Amino acid sequence: MASTERFRLGTGAGFSADRLDPAVDLVERGELDAIVFECLGERTLAFAYRDRAADPERGYTPLLQRRMRAILPAAIANGVRIITNMGAANPAKAAGITRDIARELGLVGVRIAYVLGDDVSDAIGPDTPLWEGMTVAEVGRRFIGAHAYLGADALMPALQAQAQVIITGRVADPSLYLAPLRHHFGWPGDDWSLLGAGTVVGHLMECAGQITGGYFADPGYKKVDDLARLGFPIAEVQPDGGACITKLDGTGGVVNERTVKEQLLYEVHDPSRYLTPDVCADFSGVRIASPAPDRVTISGARGSHAPESYKLTVAFDGGYLAEAGISYAGPGAQARAELAGRVVEERMSTVHASNAPLRIDIIGAASLHATARRYHDSSEDVRLRCALRASSSEQAELLLWEVESLLCCGPAGGGGYRGHVTPSVITYSASLPRTNVAAQTQVLVS
Amino acid sequence: MSRRVLLREIAHARSGDKGNCSNLCIFVYDSDCYAALRAQLTAEFLKRELGALLSGEITRYELPAMHGLNFVMQDALEGGVNESLNLDGHGKSWSSLVLGLEIEL
Repeated sequence: MASTERFRLGTGAGFSADRLDPAVDLVERGELDAIVFECLGERTLAFAYRDRAADPERGYTPLLQRRMRAILPAAIANGVRIITNMGAANPAKAAGITRDIARELGLVGVRIAYVLGDDVSDAIGPDTPLWEGMTVAEVGRRFIGAHAYLGADALMPALQAQAQVIITGRVADPSLYLAPLRHHFGWPGDDWSLLGAGTVVGHLMECAGQITGGYFADPGYKKVDDLARLGFPIAEVQPDGGACITKLDGTGGVVNERTVKEQLLYEVHDPSRYLTPDVCADFSGVRIASPAPDRVTISGARGSHAPESYKLTVAFDGGYLAEAGISYAGPGAQARAELAGRVVEERMSTVHASNAPLRIDIIGAASLHATARRYHDSSEDVRLRCALRASSSEQAELLLWEVESLLCCGPAGGGGYRGHVTPSVITYSASLPRTNVAAQTQVLVS
Repeated sequence: MSRRVLLREIAHARSGDKGNCSNLCIFVYDSDCYAALRAQLTAEFLKRELGALLSGEITRYELPAMHGLNFVMQDALEGGVNESLNLDGHGKSWSSLVLGLEIEL
């Protein structure tokens, strides 16, 4: 039944490794109707597919158990619905684990829904065209899997079934927020203005602390109090889609027009055409005002018809990334680090006949902005950093060996060697007609 | 009399990624500075200053009500987080790179 009462929506996580204590605080004190945990980055799900292929019992987000154990008691006691994409590649298993945790905690009768249908690996073939201009076969790498970004529609059956916990795989981030708003206010699935307004709320909230003073502080320029105790955001949403972004009293951070403006455009291209599975949202007329400290109101978002197809992420085996470093300090440090870098380069090509892409940085002088040719030449405390992409772990290990051998065979005074090899995935995008994707919902009871 | 200022002195910015495409939004603190930002911080200016990194097409969107600009920069992440060997494969620090440029006030 549609409600005209405002809806209080919180964010419990904006990425897979996000903090836990601000979420616990929100479910305990936030008087929330629902809390969303967005834990799937662009490539996180590809790693989860690989985990699931190695072990069918895995493939959900690694912090699932810790998060559920910490938030379930207060969330159930306070009637806060939990919505999350922590199911990753295995929402059914994640829901089963959540049911078992609820039982262990003595929470009986909790309704836990999971949503399937985003895994569209079977719809991908060698001839599938990718947005990047080639076909799947032309990528020339091992295909890992593909998933569709589902929309708010996919969550509606779980909401109608009064699930207290909803666990999904890939759903577009703002749709995780739009779904409970649609359900609460009874917004029709084709009222593009309301869907645009709800999508703006979701977009602002989806990165958690990035709207409450995280990814923002700049001493002397942008002040943020008590960043170590950053509070996560709350959106108080009105039936017309207008909202106020705020945070709990007593938490660190800040919500002001600047934090909201930066987040409004974060990872947005054309602000008048922000595409999700639900709507083409228009942020260009959004009005932002701050009537009180740590309270910012949003209004004026619009929208038009949703896209006809779903966006897919198609994942491939990306081989291995090797990174290794060694430090030099004192007079001539930079010259010694540069010499060390040249030695690594020469030996990788002449001794190991490696033609894998290799990058040499001097951290402290030229690293992040080296390609842009913006660097300083005066540091006497620098670190050589070498990075290489290889198709096998054996090739990747060679770089670590070469950098470590600089300890005895390289320039004077090199110390602090560290190195590691990490497996990587490569993702591209594709489209799939809506009719080829069907979401399904199951409900478990603790 | 005009003077040269670091963008950091008059504006704040945030950058994000989608594949090998970087987007960067920048807003002036004081609306009086918006005209200068809009006139001077153009796609061509970014290409001239940072073209070695920002190798693709740059599109600029204006947000006059917020006194801001949004740049969408193709092929601006050295291959993106998939392929880049830069420590910062997401280009999170590109906002600071642009705030280190100067314009005339």
